[in-house]
Amino acid sequence: MELLYASCVGVLVFCGVFLILRARTFPVVVGLTMLSYAVNLFLFSSGRLSLNKAAVLGQSLEYADPLPQALVLTAIVIGFAMTAFLVILAIRGRVDLGSDHVDGQLPDKNTEKNKENNNKVKT
Amino acid sequence: MNQHLTSLPILLPMLAGIILLMPPFGSNKTNRRITSVVLSVISFLVAVALLLKVQADGIQVYAIGDWSAPFGIVLVADPLSTLLVCLTTLLGVVCTLYASAGDDEKGSFFHPLVHFLILGVNGAFLTGDAFNLFVFFEVLLIASYALLMHGGDKKNTRASLHYVIMNLVGSAVFLIALGVLYGVLGTLNMADMAQKVALLQGDDVYLAKIGGMLLLVVFALKGALLPLHLWLPNTYSTAMPVVAALFAIMTKVGVYSMMRVYTLIFGDEAGELTHMAQSWLWWLALATIAMGVIGVLASKNLRKLTANLVIVSVGTLVALVAVQTIEASAAAIYYLVHSTLVTAALFLLADLIGRQRGQFSDRITAGRAVTQPRLLGVCFLIAAVAVIGMPPLSGFIGKVWLLKATLNADYTFVFWPLYLLASLAILVAVSKAGSTVFWHHQDKMINDTERASERVHPAQLVALIILVAGAPLMSIFAGPISEYAIGAATQLHDFNNNIKSILLGGQ
Repeated sequence: MELLYASCVGVLVFCGVFLILRARTFPVVVGLTMLSYAVNLFLFSSGRLSLNKAAVLGQSLEYADPLPQALVLTAIVIGFAMTAFLVILAIRGRVDLGSDHVDGQLPDKNTEKNKENNNKVKT
Repeated sequence: MNQHLTSLPILLPMLAGIILLMPPFGSNKTNRRITSVVLSVISFLVAVALLLKVQADGIQVYAIGDWSAPFGIVLVADPLSTLLVCLTTLLGVVCTLYASAGDDEKGSFFHPLVHFLILGVNGAFLTGDAFNLFVFFEVLLIASYALLMHGGDKKNTRASLHYVIMNLVGSAVFLIALGVLYGVLGTLNMADMAQKVALLQGDDVYLAKIGGMLLLVVFALKGALLPLHLWLPNTYSTAMPVVAALFAIMTKVGVYSMMRVYTLIFGDEAGELTHMAQSWLWWLALATIAMGVIGVLASKNLRKLTANLVIVSVGTLVALVAVQTIEASAAAIYYLVHSTLVTAALFLLADLIGRQRGQFSDRITAGRAVTQPRLLGVCFLIAAVAVIGMPPLSGFIGKVWLLKATLNADYTFVFWPLYLLASLAILVAVSKAGSTVFWHHQDKMINDTERASERVHPAQLVALIILVAGAPLMSIFAGPISEYAIGAATQLHDFNNNIKSILLGGQ
């Protein structure tokens, strides 16, 4: 279980970082979402992985650490708000800057393909 | 009431923000402005009351919901955190007052957002719980995102996009760091963490070290330390200057968190992890100063110049944090207050100068003369002398003190020349900026009505004077203030007393 769990977190972080480095606003939003899923899973595991343990006292003989669950809950709520804000900001960026690149224009304008793309975006 | 005083600097701005969204204040402009300013003055007075109480009775520990210390969340009001809370609320007063002259009309919800930002900053200063620190970071960040975009243009949108994405990644790293630390230490109360860090053995030591270094990444991002400072100049120079003035406190939140974490948790008593971040902080701080100064010299307008001065001040503060002695921390506390006030004043001045120069704005070129050269010139002179660190104003005292405090540190022979050269470069850049803006002008005829409309609004004037007066007042009252700073620093380094009062005082 530990191996599966750890690789899940690892793959999610990998995808998240990869997408964020794409430097286009939509992949960045998706990447950040993935990153925050990975973080939530990771936080959850900081109370140790275990099966069939209740988080409330008196429900079973052994009990799980309830604090990481509370932390994850908080992190999820905050993550939602931040993602919502970023989506709106990304839309505004697309309108204001005329491009969905995070810098507002494609880097290295001189290569042929980028020039074309930049022109396409302008028109 | 008295026992709940510690929680009021967090509750009051929250209530203020909510009240300002309600119908009687949400719709009427004048009502909203007056209420906002009055409420921020009340917040400031409460912060001062808390400061006096901490002076009289020692550290105040407030257990939220009466859940006692290692399990529940505690608010800790010690001399350092209350001083910073006072500073934040003072900036709040200044900014609401300044914005009431018209800047708050450029977008929606300016006043509620300012109060929510103050709520977040105060919470980050007061909390004694690492996860709660994260929550307050997010509160102040979401308010800052909205404030940053207030009345913004295209450049501003781009800077905001960078700022928001950087900070979201930073939040993810913060959570990972907290997860690692919680997994190893089993607690999130900072005092309890400090106690348990010393008892770690075997592989746990390395995990805790990873957690601690990840925290360094986060605080470096918030505080704009070298490799992670690139967001700051654009963000601060494209935000509205009154917002940038308020943001002057936000980099200090990062520095303050470093002080707490690397002095209390990974400080003198941390077993194998004692002073683990010290050398990193020291060299990164020196590089930050160098980088900031290059930015100062290259700046083409006053706002960018001030933004780069913020970076230099962060570098200076972090270098002092890295020294880890009582004297260095005391110097850091004095310098922190001074640099916050002065950079905020410079942002407001850049705005006023920009308004009076028409299309030349705040660019450092020969252009139109300002309408009120005497008033703005004198204010700029005071702020410039303070920020350069020339006698007799507060910058000089701060500079002498910090040079003295670093005298016995390792590698002082690198710090002193670097810092003194940096001061020289700042002297050159700021005096060039000032003389160009105020003296090199082609005096075009401008009709009187236009000039009259550009004059400084009384509310702006009062706000500016409060900030500019900080520099002379801090050198006139340097005695009491430095005594207070030494007291706060002694408190910060008094490991056993901190642990005892936080873990036992909350019951």
